[in-house]
Formats: sequence, C-alpha cells, structure tokens
Amino acid sequence: MNRLKQVRSILPFIIFAMILFLLWRGLGLRPNQVPSPLINQSAPEFSLPDLLDAKKSVTHKEFAGHVTFVNVWATWCVSCAEEHRALLQLAQDAHIEFLGLNYKDDTIAAKKWLQQYGNPYKRVAVDSDGQAAIDWGVYGTPETFVIDKKGVIRYKQVGPIDNDAWEKTLKPLVEKLRNERA
Amino acid sequence: MKKLFLLIILFVPLQLFAAEDIYRFTSVNDQQRFATLTTQLRCLVCQNQTLAESNAPLAADLRQQIYRHLQQGQSDKEIADYLVARYGNFILYRPLFNATTWALWLGPLLFLLTGVLYLLYYIRQKRRD
Repeated sequence: MNRLKQVRSILPFIIFAMILFLLWRGLGLRPNQVPSPLINQSAPEFSLPDLLDAKKSVTHKEFAGHVTFVNVWATWCVSCAEEHRALLQLAQDAHIEFLGLNYKDDTIAAKKWLQQYGNPYKRVAVDSDGQAAIDWGVYGTPETFVIDKKGVIRYKQVGPIDNDAWEKTLKPLVEKLRNERA
Repeated sequence: MKKLFLLIILFVPLQLFAAEDIYRFTSVNDQQRFATLTTQLRCLVCQNQTLAESNAPLAADLRQQIYRHLQQGQSDKEIADYLVARYGNFILYRPLFNATTWALWLGPLLFLLTGVLYLLYYIRQKRRD
C-alpha cells in the first residue's frame, strides 16, 4: 500500500516528462515536407514548350542516360531567388544537369531573370498553367526532383537546395546514381 | 443617402467573394459530388484546410482538375486515386488506417480504456476503505 502511494506521488512527474518529450519531438517535425508517392516511379511524361526557344519542346526523354535534377521555379518565388546562386554553383562545380520547370510564370520575366542572374539549366520547360506540375505532385516552389539514368524519380527535395541538403543528402545520392548503369 | 451608401458597401465584398470559382454542372448530383470531394481532400499548401476552403492557387488548380474529371464522367474513387497517386495519402482529409496512422485512430480508445480501468480501480479502493 505504501509503495502504491509512492508511485502515485511521482506519477504527475512521469506524465509531465512524457508530455515534455512529445512536445520536444514536435519541434523537429516538418509537416510541410509531405512525402511524395512518386519516389521510385518513372518520371511523369510531359511535353512542354522550351522557354528559350518556343518552337522546340522539352519532354521526359531528356532524362535518358544521365542523372538529372528537375527544378521547379518561378520568378515570383522568393526562395527560388535564394536558391539560384547555389544552382549556378552546382551546375558549374558538380556538373549537375538541371532541367528547369518554370511554374505558372511570366515567360518574359523568366527569360529576363536567366539573362540577368545566369542560367544553371540545360533546358527550361514552360508550365504556364501548372498542369504538368500537378502530375509531378508539386505543391510549392522551389522543389527539386532527382532523376536517375533510367528516368526514375529517386528523391524529392522540398524547398531550396541549401548547403546542408546538398552535403548531407544530394551529393552522396548523386555519386551513387552516377555509378549506376543506364 | 448615407444609409444607402453603407448598404452598398456592405454588399461589395460579398459580391467579390461570390465571383471566384464558378463551376457549371449539368446535374445536381454532380454538383453535390464536387462539393463532397472538395471537402474530403486536403489543400497541401495550407494543410489544415480542405480544397473547398482554401484560397491557395494550388487549391484552385486542383478544384479545376476535379471539376474536369467529373465532367469526363469519372467516379469519386477514380478522382481521389488520381490525386493520391500524385500527392500521396496525405491529401485525404480523413486519414486511412495504416502503419503510420494506427496510433492516431486507436490512441483515443487507448486513453479511454486507461481512464475506465483507473476509475474502476479507484472505486474499488474507495469501497474497501
């Protein structure tokens, strides 16, 4: 009986500690990062006009044979501007092949942006009404999909590619994917 | 005159609100299905709102998609599957019961059970005293 009273007196503290633990765990959660069901599936098919040459079209066939980063961006997106310098650097130093998906943007502004700040993209597809982006499950900008040599989506980065994301996740992944057979 | 002006002002925002998203349906059934579907699917931008409630541009695009698929004669399940295939189960406002959500569904039951057990124990103790 005495023992039971002891347990009862420390019970509130145990519950308090448990709540504290849950709240602390909650700080580390990132509910804006919704896992994509498209991981390990073939990239969606698309055929969109080329931003820099409207007569040409950009399609999913671009992915064959090499590792590609599909980057969803727009000139109205603030974090895309932050990310842009990193993309330029990665295209140059790490030889990442970027395929841009210009999302619901003004084409003239987009062209001007690339002229002014530099163009990290090998090609840029124009998705003016955002319909292609729905097939990719895009729900914000920027988002970046890592496509392997077979055209399969292997990873999705929600939000800008910062140093942390590159060093910890993307760089090792690219090295691994580059060693895979086409 | 002043009153009339106030009256007009009162109706202006309502008019604007009613102006967005006008969908024409061929049947009342379709209209109801659209209303139900959009309240059962989540907006991924503002995650605590349904597609029906949200003003985010993506929500508008997805409503448009749902409308288009309805007009094409697709079933509710086909439309929901189409969105789940792209955005994942999270888009369902009512979560499915699976490995990641079992605690969500069974948690309240567990708490209730603990409470009832404690209550029984407490009553028994009181009686003995």
